Amino acid sequence: MSNQWPLWEIFIRSKQGLDHKHAGSLHAADAEMAIENARDVYTRRMEGVSIWVVESKHIHASNPDEAASFYDPANDKVYRHPTFYDLPDELKHM
Amino acid sequence: MSVQDLEKIFQDKIDADIRIEPKDWMPDAYRKTLVRQMSQHAHSEIVGMLPEANWITRAPTLRRKATLIAKVQDEAGHGLYLYSATETLGTGRDELLEQLHTGKAKYSSIFNYPTLTWADMGAIGWLVDGAAIMNQVPLCRASYGPYARAMVRICKEESFHQRQGFEILLTLSRGSEGQRRMCQDAINRWWWPSVMMFGPNDDASPNSAQSMQWKIKRFSNDELRQKFVDVSAEQVKILGMTLPDPDLAWNEDKQHYDFGVIDWDEFWNVIKGNGPCNKERLEARVKAHEDGAWVREAALAYADKKRDTVKKEIA
Repeated sequence: MSNQWPLWEIFIRSKQGLDHKHAGSLHAADAEMAIENARDVYTRRMEGVSIWVVESKHIHASNPDEAASFYDPANDKVYRHPTFYDLPDELKHM
Repeated sequence: MSVQDLEKIFQDKIDADIRIEPKDWMPDAYRKTLVRQMSQHAHSEIVGMLPEANWITRAPTLRRKATLIAKVQDEAGHGLYLYSATETLGTGRDELLEQLHTGKAKYSSIFNYPTLTWADMGAIGWLVDGAAIMNQVPLCRASYGPYARAMVRICKEESFHQRQGFEILLTLSRGSEGQRRMCQDAINRWWWPSVMMFGPNDDASPNSAQSMQWKIKRFSNDELRQKFVDVSAEQVKILGMTLPDPDLAWNEDKQHYDFGVIDWDEFWNVIKGNGPCNKERLEARVKAHEDGAWVREAALAYADKKRDTVKKEIA
């Protein structure tokens, strides 16, 4: 088990101007190998112009079991959305 | 929260078509079913490289050779997508490989048949990949997020596999008498094993109902098999070839093709390890893994050494 290469999470920018997006994960001995493997595994058909790799152990995630309370503060604030405001139809360009 | 409550929340999510993600609570049996099915699928992709790799050096043209290499490389990729997705369920890569190498985990029994002629590359692409696509497209909507996402990626790439296979057969079907015979022979040998790829009949498939309830499966084995037969029975006409089934006939009432009885003894026999190539396939996998051990160790040692050097420089 100790002989296993660490796991890396792979993020790919599909074209300039777009965000890097999580593509999946793979095992590699180091970052350089992770990037090369990510190229072979996730961009065989020109799906990427940039690759980020992060060792999986460095990812911290919110807990889905606490989602209800965790996102609760935003739940009753409809006034953050533009459609909350009642304005006359004649009003243009807003 | 009690297990019953958690199970209800879980099933409600599934019923509402909300995907289950790795850190969500899920029943143990759901996790186990997924690990079994997904790893079996990953193993199939990896073992599936072997019958085709057999023909890379003997491909008839450079175009065919480049295509075949690309296809085999895709299969390695598909295996990796699926292994990674399986690992999100808490089973490590080492453990998954161990299960394959010891024979504890299965892979699709179709890959225990030999690839005797070049036409087999065509028949595998058309029929085996065709059957796989039929199975895999509904899995793009499977309830487990990482599995569904891996399947989307796989299905996008799989279409070329089937088309290149059909093109190989089409070329042979328009060739010499010998080439046409070779084409028909490959279809004859791959047809029934492909029909069996959908698994046992619905009444002999005890886990199917549960997998349907969990939306891991969306169509039954027999539904998918029927669809495959209907599609293939039409496609074979373009090749001017026949499928090796005297009972194959269009049924006007059902609007489907009737087809002959499947030899399930053969199916179970191959699954139990008595197919023509079971031993050879597994040996090749184990050998590749063992022969590669020094590379994995060396890469790890190199990474450690580099890390130590960086630490020293900082100090």
